[in-house]
Amino acid sequence: MSVEEHEVADVVLDVRNLGVTFEGRIGLIGGLMGRKGNDARAVDDVSFELRRGEVLAIAGESGCGKTTTARVILGLQKAQQGQILYEGRPIGSLRKFRRRVQMVFQDPTGSLNPRQTIYEIVAEGLRIHRIHRGANGESEEELVARALSRAGLRPPKRFFLLYPHELSGGQRQRVVIAGALVLEPQVIVADEPVSNLDASVRGEILRLLMKLRDEDQISIIIVTHDLGLAWTVADRVAVMYLGRIVELGPAEDVLTKPLHPYTQALLDVVPEAEGIDRPILAGEPPDPTRIPPGCRFHPRCPEVASGAAGEIGVEPKCRAEDLGLGELRPGHLAACHLANATVHGGDGGTSRTAVPPGERSAG
Amino acid sequence: MTLLSVRDLGITYQTQGGPVPAVRGMSFDIDRGEVLGLAGESGCGKSTVANAILRLLPKGTRVEGEVRLGGEDVLTMKASRLRAVRWTEAAVVFQGAMHALNPVQRIGDQIAEAIVIHGQAGEREALVRVGGLLEEVGLPPRRIQDYPHELSGGQKQRVMIAMALACSPSLIIADEPTTALDVMVQAQVLKLLKSLQRELGLAMLFITHDLSVLVEVSDRLAVMYAGKVIEEGPAREVFGSPKHPYSQALAAAFPAIGDERFRHKPSGLGGDPPDPQAIPSGCPFHPRCPVAFEPCPTVVPELFPAGPARRAACLLVEGALVHVPRAGA
Repeated sequence: MSVEEHEVADVVLDVRNLGVTFEGRIGLIGGLMGRKGNDARAVDDVSFELRRGEVLAIAGESGCGKTTTARVILGLQKAQQGQILYEGRPIGSLRKFRRRVQMVFQDPTGSLNPRQTIYEIVAEGLRIHRIHRGANGESEEELVARALSRAGLRPPKRFFLLYPHELSGGQRQRVVIAGALVLEPQVIVADEPVSNLDASVRGEILRLLMKLRDEDQISIIIVTHDLGLAWTVADRVAVMYLGRIVELGPAEDVLTKPLHPYTQALLDVVPEAEGIDRPILAGEPPDPTRIPPGCRFHPRCPEVASGAAGEIGVEPKCRAEDLGLGELRPGHLAACHLANATVHGGDGGTSRTAVPPGERSAG
Repeated sequence: MTLLSVRDLGITYQTQGGPVPAVRGMSFDIDRGEVLGLAGESGCGKSTVANAILRLLPKGTRVEGEVRLGGEDVLTMKASRLRAVRWTEAAVVFQGAMHALNPVQRIGDQIAEAIVIHGQAGEREALVRVGGLLEEVGLPPRRIQDYPHELSGGQKQRVMIAMALACSPSLIIADEPTTALDVMVQAQVLKLLKSLQRELGLAMLFITHDLSVLVEVSDRLAVMYAGKVIEEGPAREVFGSPKHPYSQALAAAFPAIGDERFRHKPSGLGGDPPDPQAIPSGCPFHPRCPVAFEPCPTVVPELFPAGPARRAACLLVEGALVHVPRAGA
């Protein structure tokens, strides 16, 4: 089908069955007690596509594997399983790929060398990649000036000789972005790009990211714990839990009509004016060295605890059967036995008890 | 009944680079059992206010004005009285306070110590009370025996809350108490703080940059900018329909999921929060203000009435211009 072909051609990054395991560490006390360290499955069979000019948000609690996934894409972390295709080809020459996929770090103050001028910081990427001239013969100075200007630092020459401490937080974050833009990337991976910025400054940085997406067709992966941020900027959202993507789909669907109870739980803890008297998942962020059998979310799942999964008869599956993502609505994937049963059980004829978790409040 | 009354508080840090006026005339009240949320960005002076209330500022800091806690002036009281007031009248929960726990002392002993030092109970009795306190903050009493490293971040923050409650204060000052925590744990701790506050009738000064968290726990909100309150009123109203352009920008940074007005439309202000050593003239917000007009660079706006129980320091608040001398006249 031509539509399908078109979609395939538009995939910039194709992440397939990624798996990252960190070797188990034994603490002193554990060692003395003769315990063996458990391996931590930080990323477990993660697959997704990144399309040209889209913003994909990867969301989840700390320890869910979102940052590790981003680090693998950036080549900062080796994956034991899976592969990544860039524009349809496996990543061969790492350096060439690295140039096209650039990182924007979380903490602009920590990631800028305080002894380098802004010019040196932005030019560093060019030097590492041994780029002396731009595609149209521009000099290094011209390339740096253009990157600064694209990142909203104008006039760029005014910033050349300044040091990071002479800039404000928002300006420093723009320098970080300029450092990525100078290499003309197709993909930008931004790990919590605004969480260290003052609230009133955040919007400007996000607006800049939106502009890169709209005007330059740059694809952006935003790693964040903040679903409000995902709502503001993302086209699609992937929700991760314990190393897996448990829900993936258009931002509107995932954030307003979630299929997975974990996504619902994350949405429930977004602070809002309605007050704090709402259900909150008990327990701590889960431990990737001890992944529960069956659906890995079942020990904390409110649908299992409330008996809703039992009523429909999927609870034994929840406890025993691990499952991957299934496309339950067009373009909207989830890994949930309950959602499987209720959505696949016939769209029109879902009974009252069989409404997927996210639709309950809306109904 | 007013528990805490702050009047014309001015705080100037003495630094090597000269005096830094961090707070420039703050007045607010907190009633018994009331939660006041103090919002603002880094450098606006909100933590300085928190520290000033219990005189926790560095030596040499110039403090002007009045801080009355239960009628007593904290700023002028004797050191011995101050020691008693800390913990028994007002206690603080800081951001990342969990790192303040002594790593080689059992948490039960650490909390009991505060009770014993303040003469509220003997050692044995204190430990019994600690068990109850831990239960109150949602930890099993047997955790008394644990060392801090045996607890998670959220559990440590619960211990810090138990410690703040140890001497039954009537005011809790919570400065970014959940900022370092993960989303789910943050929600748990917020819920705990709110339910304890209700149950014990505590007054609370809750400080954070996160307006959406504040509106959830506070009765009233005060928004700070450049060392001053620029808007105050009932929490939901200030968040839902802010009057000051700065509060409007701040509120827009915390979008409601599902609200189409925010979808793919990030909004923010140009520029950055001002340097306390170089506060702009007139309204300190005017260089960043999208609706600033002629008099703003010269006229310092006071807090004008802006609806029932609401005030905002903006010349565009209805009726404000009546109070202002004609610009250019």
